Amino acid sequence: MNEILWLLLIFGIKAIIIISFVMLCAAAFVYLERKISAVIQNRIGPNRVGPFGLLQPFADVLKLFLKEDIVPKNANRFYHSLAPIITLGVAFSVFAIIPFASYLKIGDRVIHMGIAPNINIGFLFVLAMTSVGVYGITLAGWSSNNKYSLLGGLRSAAQMISYELAMGLAVISILLMSQDLTLTGIVEAQKGLKWNIFLQPLAFIIFLTSSFAETNRSPFDLPEAEPELVGGYNTEYSGMKFGMFFLAEYANMAAASAIISLLFLGGWNFPFIYEWLGFANGSVELVLVQLLVFLAKMLFMVFFFIWTRWSIPRFRYDQLMNLGWKILLPLGLLNILVTGIILMYI
Amino acid sequence: MSLTFLIFGISAVLAIASGIVTISTKNPITSAISLVFHFFMLVGLYLTLQAQFVAAIQVLVYAGAIMVLVVFVIMLLNVGDEQKLKDKMSFKSILAICFAIIMGVQFFIIFNVVKTTNIKLADHASEMGSVQMIGKELFTNYIFPFEAISLLLLTAIVGAVVISKRKLLSNEELSLNKIED
Repeated sequence: MNEILWLLLIFGIKAIIIISFVMLCAAAFVYLERKISAVIQNRIGPNRVGPFGLLQPFADVLKLFLKEDIVPKNANRFYHSLAPIITLGVAFSVFAIIPFASYLKIGDRVIHMGIAPNINIGFLFVLAMTSVGVYGITLAGWSSNNKYSLLGGLRSAAQMISYELAMGLAVISILLMSQDLTLTGIVEAQKGLKWNIFLQPLAFIIFLTSSFAETNRSPFDLPEAEPELVGGYNTEYSGMKFGMFFLAEYANMAAASAIISLLFLGGWNFPFIYEWLGFANGSVELVLVQLLVFLAKMLFMVFFFIWTRWSIPRFRYDQLMNLGWKILLPLGLLNILVTGIILMYI
Repeated sequence: MSLTFLIFGISAVLAIASGIVTISTKNPITSAISLVFHFFMLVGLYLTLQAQFVAAIQVLVYAGAIMVLVVFVIMLLNVGDEQKLKDKMSFKSILAICFAIIMGVQFFIIFNVVKTTNIKLADHASEMGSVQMIGKELFTNYIFPFEAISLLLLTAIVGAVVISKRKLLSNEELSLNKIED
C-alpha cells in the first residue's frame, strides 16, 4: 500500500508540473502567435495588458471564463460538453512520454525528466493518442447539430486518419536508425551532430507536413476553414468550452514541436556544448542545460509553425488528400526501403 | 493489495460496466463511445499482463481507426434511437438465463480451485508482450503466417476498392447513357 501511495505521489507531482508547464506554454504561444503575425503583417499586436502586452493571454482566458456558455437548443448536451474535454485531455496525455532532459541523480535515486519516458511502446503511444484525438473533433461537430460543424468534424477526422499513416511511416525510418523505440533512446542515438534531420531529411519533411495536418494548423486547417465552414467544428461553442479547443490547439502544437525536436533535431543534444561545460552525468547543472537546449529547439519549431501559418495560403480539400495519399505515403514507403537497404550494407 | 491488482480491479469493473452500457443503451452514439471506453479499459487489463504492444495496438487500431469509422457511419446516416421490439419470454432467453447460471457456477468453481493450486508463469512471460519480442517472433518463427495475412489483407483492400469503384463507374455510365438518349 505504501508503495502505491509513493508512486501516486511521484507521478502526481510530475503530472501537475507538466500540465502547468503545457498550460503556460499554450498561453505563451497564443501571445507569440499574435505578436509574430503582427510583425509579419506590419502591425503592432497586443500591447495594452502588462508590459509589451505580455499579460494578454491571461486576460483572454479570464474573459472566456466569464462569458456565458451557450449550448444550441437541439444539441446533444452530454457530447457537446464531452468533446472539448476529450480534445484537451488527449493533447495533454501526449506529454506523458516526452522526456525533457536525460535524468537527475540524487543519491542512489534516478529521477527521469518526464512521467514515463522509458515505456516499452515508446512512440506507439503518441500515435495511439493522436488517433484518439479524432473523437473530440468529430463529436464536437456532430453534437452541435449544425451542418457546418458536422462537415468540419468529418473533414478533420478524414484528414487526421490519412496523415497518421504517413507520420507512422516517417517514424519507422527513424526507429531503424536508432534501433530503439523509446524517445530517450532515439535522442541518445543522435549524440553530437548525428541529428535525424541531416540523416533522414525526407522523413523529416514527411513528418513535419503530417504534424501540420494532425494539429489542424494552416496550411491544413481545413476543419475550421472560415470562408466555407463558418468556424468549423467549434462554431457552436462559446465561453470556456471554446477556450478548451483553443488551448488544445496550442497544446497540440507544443506537443508536435516537442516530438519533432526529439525525433529530428536531436532533443537535448548539441555539439561541443557539453564537452565544453563538462558537467557530470545526472547532475542538476547538466539537466538544466539540457532542458534549456530542448526548450530552445521546441520554441524554434513553434516559431516555424506560426511563421508558416501567416505565410502560406490554405490547401484545397482534394489537394490535401492527394498530397497525403499519393505523395507522402509512397515517399514514406520508399524512404523505409532505402534506409533499410543502406543500413543492411553498412 | 498490489498496484497491479488495483489497476486490474478498476479496469475490469469499468470494462464490464461500459460493455453493459454498449449493448443496453438506445442511443447508437452512446453505444459506440462506451465501446471505445471499453477498449481503453481492456488496455488497462493488457497492461497488467505486461502486453504493452497489444495494448498500444488496441488503441491504435480498434479505438483509433475502426470505431472512428463506425462513429462516422452513425453520424452521416444520422441514425436515431433504437425502437424497442416487443419483449417475449422466448425459448432463447430462457436458454440464455440457464447458460448464465451454469457459467456463474463454473466461475465460482474455477476461482475456488485456483486459490488452492499454484499456477506457474511460463518462462519469459513478462517479456513476451514487449514490442521487441513480438517483432522478433513475427519475423522469424511466424514469418509465413505473417506474410500470408498481409496478402489476405491486401486482397481485401483491393476488393473493397474494386467494389466501391464499380458502383461509381456504373453511375457514370448511367448518366452518359441518359445524355445519349
